[in-house]
Amino acid sequence: MRLTLRVWRQKSAADPGRFETYEAKEIGPDLSFLELLDVVNEDLQRRGIEPIAFDHDCREGICGSCAMMINGCAHGSRLASRDSRDGPEPAVATCQLYLRHFKDGDVITIEPWRAKAFPVVKDLVVNRSAFDRIITAGGYVSVNTGEAPEANSIPVPKQRADEAMDAAACIGCGACVAACPNASAMLFVAAKISHLAMLPQGQAERAKRALSMVEQMDKEGFGNCTNHYECMTACPKEIHVKVIAHMNREYLAGRI
Amino acid sequence: MSLDGKVPPGPLPDKWDSCKRRLKSVAPADRPKYRVIVVGTGLAGASAAATLAEQGFRVDAFFYHDSARRAHSIAAQGGINAAKNYPKDGDSVERLFTDTIKGGDFRAREANVYRLAQISNAIIDQCAAQGVPFAREYDGLLANRSFGGVKVRRTFYARGQTGQQLLLGAYQAMMRQVDAGGVTLHPRAEMLDLVVADGAAKGIVVRDLLTGACTAHAADAVVLATGGYANVYFLSTNAKACNVTATYRAYRRGAYFANPCYTQIHPTCIPVASPHQSKLTLMSESLRNDGRIWVPKKTGDRRPPAEIPDAERDYYLERKYPSYGNLAPRDIASRAAKEVCDEGRGVGPGGQGVYLDFADAIKKLGRKVIEERYGNLFAMYHEITGEDAYQTPMRIYPAPHYTMGGLWVDYNLMSTVPGLFVIGEANFSDHGANRLGASALMQGLADGYFILPFTLAGYLAERAPQGSGTGHAAFGAVSRDVQQRTQRLLGARGSRTVDEFHRELGTLLWDQCGMARSAEGLKTALGRIPALREEFWKGVNVLGSDQDLNQALEKAGRVADFFDFAELMCRDALHREESCGGHFRVEHQTPDGEAKRNDAQCGYVAAWQFTADSQAPLLHKEPLAFEAVPLTVRSYK
Repeated sequence: MRLTLRVWRQKSAADPGRFETYEAKEIGPDLSFLELLDVVNEDLQRRGIEPIAFDHDCREGICGSCAMMINGCAHGSRLASRDSRDGPEPAVATCQLYLRHFKDGDVITIEPWRAKAFPVVKDLVVNRSAFDRIITAGGYVSVNTGEAPEANSIPVPKQRADEAMDAAACIGCGACVAACPNASAMLFVAAKISHLAMLPQGQAERAKRALSMVEQMDKEGFGNCTNHYECMTACPKEIHVKVIAHMNREYLAGRI
Repeated sequence: MSLDGKVPPGPLPDKWDSCKRRLKSVAPADRPKYRVIVVGTGLAGASAAATLAEQGFRVDAFFYHDSARRAHSIAAQGGINAAKNYPKDGDSVERLFTDTIKGGDFRAREANVYRLAQISNAIIDQCAAQGVPFAREYDGLLANRSFGGVKVRRTFYARGQTGQQLLLGAYQAMMRQVDAGGVTLHPRAEMLDLVVADGAAKGIVVRDLLTGACTAHAADAVVLATGGYANVYFLSTNAKACNVTATYRAYRRGAYFANPCYTQIHPTCIPVASPHQSKLTLMSESLRNDGRIWVPKKTGDRRPPAEIPDAERDYYLERKYPSYGNLAPRDIASRAAKEVCDEGRGVGPGGQGVYLDFADAIKKLGRKVIEERYGNLFAMYHEITGEDAYQTPMRIYPAPHYTMGGLWVDYNLMSTVPGLFVIGEANFSDHGANRLGASALMQGLADGYFILPFTLAGYLAERAPQGSGTGHAAFGAVSRDVQQRTQRLLGARGSRTVDEFHRELGTLLWDQCGMARSAEGLKTALGRIPALREEFWKGVNVLGSDQDLNQALEKAGRVADFFDFAELMCRDALHREESCGGHFRVEHQTPDGEAKRNDAQCGYVAAWQFTADSQAPLLHKEPLAFEAVPLTVRSYK
């Protein structure tokens, strides 16, 4: 099959950037989306053109490195779920998207995450260190190594543990921010607040954590949530927006 | 020459305690005067950085990702072992120790493995306290499952994302120390060389991947937690950036490299589907708890699996290893898959695959239970292959996954370069010639949380703090080396891309130094690698500059080191005249095709010392003694 790619190229943060068009020929449906970019990059290098820079690493949807808008949709996740009639189809990160969701002759537009708090570094690579600073502000349980009590001395109801795991599954990719019309990071922040607030181990710092993480989130320049739920649709780990409601309760409870 | 592992005297169960008692400690008020460099922020690196900072040392953590949370430990799926014996099925520290020694085919150091088993329980306590959402039973207590190579349920897990959750726990502990000022992060910084001065590790040279700037950093000790080298094969389950550069560069600066030929080929990966394949995806080994592995009995049987009646299927693991069946250890399961495929009974395109069938499990337990246990894995399989494993068996094939070899370390996790400590997959210490499932996470966290902080403090306690000055001539010399190498890579301007070379090297190694090795094949590889390496340095095409983000340049540096390292790996494989664990030499097998160890001649750790580019490395041997677990032929029949 043959695909036409319109790819955002930007040399550095200072460079205005532009779309370039590349052709990918003789590729099969079993290629992953990132393998498509590999093929294009090999071809570009043979032609003396610098390859497209993009973050990627594990290529199995867990490290959260890969990050791109595909036809206006974060990770192209929706392209996969559109075809979900024939079996179990998960939400995906870019690296888990396969070309069988595209047709011969398709034109695909590829852009970096667009958000003030995620400045472009080069081409499709953006700076997501804001997320790290939010975790640094309080996204942890303060327990020094060796201080822990025997693990089974604090039982956690199975359902509670499962719900905490649902929220903890976040891979920190930033798709929620990229998909949100307000570039809000609330799904990311709420996932961590909710995960730790649900477990007995997270209780001691519960209020302080919610307040400091939200404060840092605001400082980083992310927008607010106005209930579009685009974040949930884009999330490769299907984190539910109910964690945002949970975060709001935690924040309110922490304030009063 | 014989190497001393500095194992403390005394009975096995007391060694670690007596070691801790003997180690000196640094007074709390003096600790902030010491700087420690930690390279890599996976399970081992992040847990070490967090714990050292909690104790008051100043830590500089370097990693090449944009965030410390992305290290490849995150991709571990199945679980983490501990000897808690919660299910009351007879597990104990002794048993975990024995299983690990035996699983490693008697090529690991007893004292280290015993310590690992002892520490395993504290890891679970620590992680649970951090808020790691481990799977629970309905009574709220921690759930356990069984895993390949053992008969007890000792594996703790967080769905199919155990590595992710443990890593986030360690990452969060480290970020807490960033907040407290004890840890300074250096993201998108790749270590390109080690600085050794006056006989000890004094710092590193890193390249800032965004600006290209090469800078030297000094410290009182350097900790490498830089993972394994399975990407030498090009196709592996490792993340794309995983590489050998940090450990290989340290080897060139004097750290011995131990057992490089011990590589683990994981049995349950999704087979290669296209010539553009960039990596292989692992399906958690836990699938083998309920899935049955088979191939058609007849060679060349191309019927769809549903049309092959049970009588015409060969459930070869159940047939050959009735006691362990589908739960046979990884090395054995992988080799058995290769055997049936070599016989022409493989399935799927290219015949490089075997079935992993859940039909019986679904019939017995119901689809809902299977969905609960493996839903995310089935979904992942579907996305990658387009096939629904609830309806038709999965196809799997072995792929390079983990490397047991690594820099040689003594009992204190220190390499042969004083002040250079190596933890996690980057060292060689605990898994012998084959690692058991759910043991990598255990080892990474044992090293980082519970061992290194003691032993490193013991090293520092005997020295005055050095400060962060990089005035020593060695820093300048190493920085110049690094820059020259970069210029050489950029200057070649050849006609082939880095990936083309890497694929060629990887294919060569997979064929000659993969699941089965022969003297002839290894000699072929050793003949071919230098020529290929020369072609690489002359013919590689790296565009762009060294002044900004240049991913091709990053890759080129890593592949250049893989070329050198591949030679060491083949040399080690050729010298080891036996089959053990992941190292299978076709010359050394029993009449029924099982691995044949040679304890009399090969019961040692092979540690290689770099001499010069034009010269062969020197072999040092650390003899292995087995006092607690008698040497036996490993049998899973």
